[in-house]
Amino acid sequence: MLYREAGQFKTSYEADQSIFPIMQDRWGIAAILAFAFLAMPFLASEYFFRAVMIPFLILALAAIGLNLLVGYCGQISLGTGAFMAVGAYAAYNFAIRVPELPHLVTLLLAGGVAAVVGLLFGIPSLRIKGLYLAAATLAAQFFIDWLFSRVKWFTNYTPSGSVAAPQLNIFGWVPDAPSEKYLLCLGFVTVFALVAKNLVRSRIGRSWMAIRDMDIAAEIIGIRPMHAKLSAFAISSFIVGVAGALWGFVHLGSWEPLAFSIDRSFSLLFMVILGGLGSILGCFLGAAFITLVPIFLNQVLPELGIKLDTATVSHLEFMIFGALIVVFLIAEPHGMARLWQVGKEKLRIWPFPH
Amino acid sequence: MQSATARAERGEGQPAAGRKFGGEILKVDGISLSFGGVKALSDVSFSIREHEIFAIIGPNGAGKSSMLNVINGFYHPQQGTVTYKGVTRRDVDPHDAARNGIARTFQNIALFKGMSTLDNVMTGRILKMRRGILWQALYWGPAQREEIEHRAFVERIIDFLEIQAIRKTPVGRLPYGLQKRVELARALAMEPDLLLLDEPMAGMNVEEKEDMCRFILDVNEQFGTTIALIEHDMGVVMDISDRVVVLDYGRKIADGTPDVVRGDKAVIDAYLGVAH
Repeated sequence: MLYREAGQFKTSYEADQSIFPIMQDRWGIAAILAFAFLAMPFLASEYFFRAVMIPFLILALAAIGLNLLVGYCGQISLGTGAFMAVGAYAAYNFAIRVPELPHLVTLLLAGGVAAVVGLLFGIPSLRIKGLYLAAATLAAQFFIDWLFSRVKWFTNYTPSGSVAAPQLNIFGWVPDAPSEKYLLCLGFVTVFALVAKNLVRSRIGRSWMAIRDMDIAAEIIGIRPMHAKLSAFAISSFIVGVAGALWGFVHLGSWEPLAFSIDRSFSLLFMVILGGLGSILGCFLGAAFITLVPIFLNQVLPELGIKLDTATVSHLEFMIFGALIVVFLIAEPHGMARLWQVGKEKLRIWPFPH
Repeated sequence: MQSATARAERGEGQPAAGRKFGGEILKVDGISLSFGGVKALSDVSFSIREHEIFAIIGPNGAGKSSMLNVINGFYHPQQGTVTYKGVTRRDVDPHDAARNGIARTFQNIALFKGMSTLDNVMTGRILKMRRGILWQALYWGPAQREEIEHRAFVERIIDFLEIQAIRKTPVGRLPYGLQKRVELARALAMEPDLLLLDEPMAGMNVEEKEDMCRFILDVNEQFGTTIALIEHDMGVVMDISDRVVVLDYGRKIADGTPDVVRGDKAVIDAYLGVAH
């Protein structure tokens, strides 16, 4: 079956406004979801879940949160790692101090706390833009790093400063096997990707994009910049906070403040830029690129028969990775999602030239 | 439908037969605006009646765009008041202006470049949409019905301005003339009572200008929208407007029907210069 939308007529605005208006896309996404939920848990190895799928899904979730802010609302943020940390530590504190709360509520509350913190650090965005805003969000990163390493209450006075998350229990379901953890993350990512997509095709998403593209015109048509920017910071931080809580509880299990350092912020920003600003699909592509490429390089270099000591391999990995990012940004500054888009547009008329 | 030429043939002068104007919809009184030492506007007063097409003209730098910016609250004048629909204000808030039915287009197109034509026009409906964030996140039931309701309204405007074919095209890819038309569509989506058009025909060729004139006249006639426009093309201004105010160096030098203004000595001097 060719990838073609010819003959697929829309007879209602409802059909025209659906997320995947082209039938082939609908089948494709249904197949991917069915495979991810039903087949993957039985097929993949434990290592694959632990090293690849779980970090990929959680980082994709954080990238979705960040993309709402940077890609859709145009407010650059370097504090994503910090907002993940807020989510993780909030979930930890809720879990140990209010153990009677169901863990699902704990995770969502953690998102809520991150949303409040994100909103507070979003206030400078009302006055400053661009690089200056980036510097202001960098302050959030440093402040929150400091807060969790110095204020012992947050880490429950553990002597080393590292905390161990209790085992999650989602209404009686205890996801402790890697495949179960994977399913939990997949569920969260699916729900939040849908929510994010719905938001960006609704009024609020259009007001974010209006602020991003031309803030003066947005104000003239009645969008309040304050509402748009702060709601973007809050919703973005909510999703990033939930991702942080999952990162701590599901992926790491126990962690110290360094787990959410500025490196995390940068790598998430790379994901969003490489994947495609203003694209939900781009978040997945970017997260896959950043998680998979180092693993791939790590496996491939020895496979090619190049015998190097481990230190050199890890250096090479960094170098190739860095070069790939630069090459990618030069070749397609709008990210992988745009490549996919262009490919789809070409496929529509393939094999005819016009 | 009434075309620009048909109106011109009827002859200029007093309001054309069948043109009915209401009371004052907008009155600016003694507006003075300066940026540091530069006086953009000094003591400018005029009023616009409901349902009329009102033109603001003047040489470059006369303060025309500043005047529009004062009316929709983007600039705050040092002196003077703006009375809109009977409410007198010193400082207009852009959000309140939009809420009360003032829409505008810009001299340099101010579209949302990353969005499609449809989404751009849909942003004009933002103030009319009521559903909260949670409903929007679900995109289901009432939220979806609301989206579809507004989509239907926007589609009527798209039909009206004949931009159906570019509905899904990102506006950044459109030619200049169409971008201007999309911007008008976005303003119309707000269902404005007063529409401010800042040089709607700048940079257009003759056909595009004719189209734009036709749209402006149609909007005025079919929706009863009051229109205040800035334009440099005198043929267009004299053709379509009911009244004209002339600014020069931030002061009002003439005010009246097109042929009164055309014969005014101060206006001729401002445009052609005077012998010293």
